[in-house]
Amino acid sequence: MPTTIGATLPAPEPLLLLQGVSKTFQNASDTTIVFRDLALELHRGEITCLQGPSGSGKSTIISLIAGLMVPDAGRVVFDGQDVGDMTDAERSQVRATRIGTVLQSGNLLPFLTAAENVAMARRLTGAEHSTERVASLLDQVGLAGRGHHLPRRLSGGEAQRAALAVALANDPDLLLADEAVGQLDAATAVLVMDLLESMARARGLAVLLVTHDEEVAALGSRTVRLIEGHLEATA
Amino acid sequence: MSIDLHQDPSPAGGSQGPGERIAVTGLSMEYDSPSGQVRALDDVALSVEPGSSLAVVGPSGCGKSTLLGILGGLEVPTEGEVRIGAHVISSMPNGERAALRRRVFGFVFQADNLQPFLTVSENVGLQSVLAGVLDEPSGRQALLDALDIGALGHRFPDQLSGGQRQRVAVARALVHGPGLVLADEPTGSLDPVNSDRVVELLLRLHREQGATLVVVTHDRAVAARMDAVVSMRDGRVLATEARQL
Repeated sequence: MPTTIGATLPAPEPLLLLQGVSKTFQNASDTTIVFRDLALELHRGEITCLQGPSGSGKSTIISLIAGLMVPDAGRVVFDGQDVGDMTDAERSQVRATRIGTVLQSGNLLPFLTAAENVAMARRLTGAEHSTERVASLLDQVGLAGRGHHLPRRLSGGEAQRAALAVALANDPDLLLADEAVGQLDAATAVLVMDLLESMARARGLAVLLVTHDEEVAALGSRTVRLIEGHLEATA
Repeated sequence: MSIDLHQDPSPAGGSQGPGERIAVTGLSMEYDSPSGQVRALDDVALSVEPGSSLAVVGPSGCGKSTLLGILGGLEVPTEGEVRIGAHVISSMPNGERAALRRRVFGFVFQADNLQPFLTVSENVGLQSVLAGVLDEPSGRQALLDALDIGALGHRFPDQLSGGQRQRVAVARALVHGPGLVLADEPTGSLDPVNSDRVVELLLRLHREQGATLVVVTHDRAVAARMDAVVSMRDGRVLATEARQL
């Protein structure tokens, strides 16, 4: 068999691509340039940690990727498809079925138990109801036996993990997590990062994790920093 | 535990009509706290006519939010009986109580708890899914129109003002035609103008739909607009006054 020395495999297509993205916010009195000509690739199987000072635009990147806002210039491409070319319904469908999101504030509905919150998220994707799948998701985030509790009866860390189970309920290809791990205690943060890493490895989940916590960031595949409107790779 | 969210759909608004009667007797609630056992409610009795509105007022820590949580099936009392219509929710199995909570009740809290990655319309539609009712897009739109947010259905919560967001939360609480709407400080984070607007719309829709309405509030102006006001202190009901009609 002939051997080709030095041949390289073609670079894998990124799951998510930001290309030349600019975003400006305007109000009556002034204009704020959040970033200009931003580029970012998120790959399957990778946990990308995003760091940067408060107000640097990290959450804006999450909103752009999730299709909650459109860039002033540039492209957001999800799995080969330009998000800007999608209809509202198509964007909603991608969000519901392929992207999981978890925020610092949590997004649990307070009048539903943890298990109902997870079941609800699965229902929105059109997935068959499965008590076993809901229990398994709660078990994976360390909440076995806590599913029947309402959010008000969960500790802050438990509620955050329930929110993660909600975000993973649609078996997403991409998980967007905005300061969702840093506020967990150290042991729980490691448990959650282990879970994300095993999902990244086993089924190619791509993760974008906004975090202030250096120890959490050290557990990711790589870290990018958003500083004065530019992304810099640091590891 | 029942978390079956796949009930056979019934037409939206199927439960509309007379609201649920509330009858509470001998209600007490105790729980452990770091500083010892707390008696949050102490022998509370309460009666609310179907389709009427009630305000619960009192200082912080008087037990009013605990009471609302028990009425809504979010908490189980230590003692006493709570009847919502034909249902004794104080002694119901957890799964049945959860199903009732999703189908018959509507909730509004001080925080709007909107899902940031769903549009306004999708957020409102959540409750229809939970209640297992068919969600006619025209019905959802009519409700948004009635709340003066008819043009905002495709927007995301972050793109709305605080008053608009809370009106979306009101729409979510009403879209499935609940028999009982429970609101815990629904205007607590709003300025007086927006507060007035939200209360006015909540009252108008509660009357149109016929739902029973219970509002916990520290705001006397909000309380004064309800049919009756219950004043609480230290876990007990001090007085009940009906508004002069």
